[in-house]
Amino acid sequence: MAYRTAFLRRTALAGLVGLMTLSAAAQEAKQPLPPGSALIGRPENPEAAKLAPVSAPPLPTAADKLPTAKLHLPPGFSIEVYASGVGNARSLREGTKGTVFVGSRLLDKVYAITPNDHKVKVIASGLHRPNGVAFHDGTLYIAELSQISKIDNIEDTLDNPAKPTVIYSDLPKDEAHGWKFISIGPDNRLYIPVGQPGNNEPRDPDHAQIRRINLDGSGAEVVAIGVRNTVGFDWSPVSKELYFTDNGRDWMSEDVPEDKLNRLTKAHEDFGVPYCYQGNISDPEFGWGHSCSDYTPPVALMGAHTAALGMRFYAGSMFPAEYKDAIFVARHGSWNRSKKLGGDVVVVKLNKDGSVKSIEPFLTGFIADNNYLGRPVDVQPLKDGSLLVSDDWNGAVYRVTYKGKGK
Amino acid sequence: MLAVSALAGTAFAVGPGMAAYAAVPEKAEVCLTCHGENGQSQTENIPSLGAQQPAYTLIQLYMFREKLRTSEIMNGIAKDLTDDDLRTLSDFIGTLPKPQPPADAGDPARMAAAKALVDKEHCNSCHSADFSGRDNIPRLANQREDYLLQTLRDYKSNKRAGYDGTMAEVLGPITDAQIVELAYYMARVRP
Repeated sequence: MAYRTAFLRRTALAGLVGLMTLSAAAQEAKQPLPPGSALIGRPENPEAAKLAPVSAPPLPTAADKLPTAKLHLPPGFSIEVYASGVGNARSLREGTKGTVFVGSRLLDKVYAITPNDHKVKVIASGLHRPNGVAFHDGTLYIAELSQISKIDNIEDTLDNPAKPTVIYSDLPKDEAHGWKFISIGPDNRLYIPVGQPGNNEPRDPDHAQIRRINLDGSGAEVVAIGVRNTVGFDWSPVSKELYFTDNGRDWMSEDVPEDKLNRLTKAHEDFGVPYCYQGNISDPEFGWGHSCSDYTPPVALMGAHTAALGMRFYAGSMFPAEYKDAIFVARHGSWNRSKKLGGDVVVVKLNKDGSVKSIEPFLTGFIADNNYLGRPVDVQPLKDGSLLVSDDWNGAVYRVTYKGKGK
Repeated sequence: MLAVSALAGTAFAVGPGMAAYAAVPEKAEVCLTCHGENGQSQTENIPSLGAQQPAYTLIQLYMFREKLRTSEIMNGIAKDLTDDDLRTLSDFIGTLPKPQPPADAGDPARMAAAKALVDKEHCNSCHSADFSGRDNIPRLANQREDYLLQTLRDYKSNKRAGYDGTMAEVLGPITDAQIVELAYYMARVRP
């Protein structure tokens, strides 16, 4: 596939570009900068100074202004608006009865989209960055910036839901990378990431990790370390291993480091941050005295600054066989790059041994003239085999279906 | 002035200094009462709104309406605004003239020291080289000093959480004495 070839070539080139720019980045690292600042590591360069994180608008885009007509999919697939008016729509989950739950990051709300008429209801508000949602045995779990809570029997109480009950709050309160994706594993435990509290920070015992807890909040333990900021993970239906995306640091260069797709094969595995990025670049500031070979390398590189976020294995039957057990990954799109990259959904196809066979574009068209028409955050296969995609820029959820070629 | 002429507001009596605007949206009258008719506030602790970035203003109005940002007066005023009102008002506010620097150009030594701090902390990155802001990042140039001081202190103390938490992070290591200097500088800067 042309895209894949370009991707691999760019990856190889990126390594060279990285080598050439590291000395400049190393010089910049000397400058004292506030901990947690997104500007840590920013070089003194007028083009770099033009880059800044962009926030999604608080008001959702009207249904008739959503960009679905400008989006592209492989032949046989089509996309429609599943729900609009879902302000700052972030993580997605499907309940047993078909309700779709949606978290938000810049607003204070968690939404439910009803199964048949797709009505959007606010089921919790007044929350602090309730980005993450998970669902298990009728209970909705919500991850705020520094606590996990739950609402029992949520699908039976959508019109009058109970207030969330906190089950776990032993978490740092850092705003930087504090918002959370959560999910419940095949071991029936809730997995919680704790991101690095800034762009490039020293290692400490409380950050850059994935933890898991029992569903009552007890038994917290760390399962992965050296993880900068994962905002999406899922378990292989084949191997039951945890795969997770991780966002690389900013300001090293336009083209490196790339975001990663990682695979956890043993408890407490170390993925290298902040000593090593993208599996083969020693960090100019923290890498001294460490070797990338001491850390678990990624199974795939996901592009520089692309913000690979939500991901799910596809176990449904609506899509063609080639998508079976593949991973859909939402790439939110870059800010720390002059020419925007990402802003799409890609499909990662795996070999039998769980290694990556290919990464291919799936849903594209969100970037026009280097501006965002929308920004994908998470994906959620529904029971019928269709695939939902959330877009926090427009406050919308889309549904991708497959009707076959020639239709 | 395209944005203004496209607004669905009704024309009302044009006051002194308002000749530049064809029509002020009806719901904007109450804004101008306190925030100043020329985009420049004459009232203690109330910010100037002139040429403020519409995306930033929209976020703030939304946060006032939803009580994500606390101000008794603003929470009350924004309570019944519709989404379209928020858009209309923030677009209109962006067309007001930018606030003017005070006659007092500031003590040259203080201004120079503050500029070094501004450069070091990269305020001029996100807020733009001339501090006019961009998109959701606000204009700072020639804002009222008292308002800048209060805002920076509120961000640092987390009294004002902010839309995305960036300012709380950036201000983490900044001392109150430095905040005083930053406010002094931004109020007087002549970009």
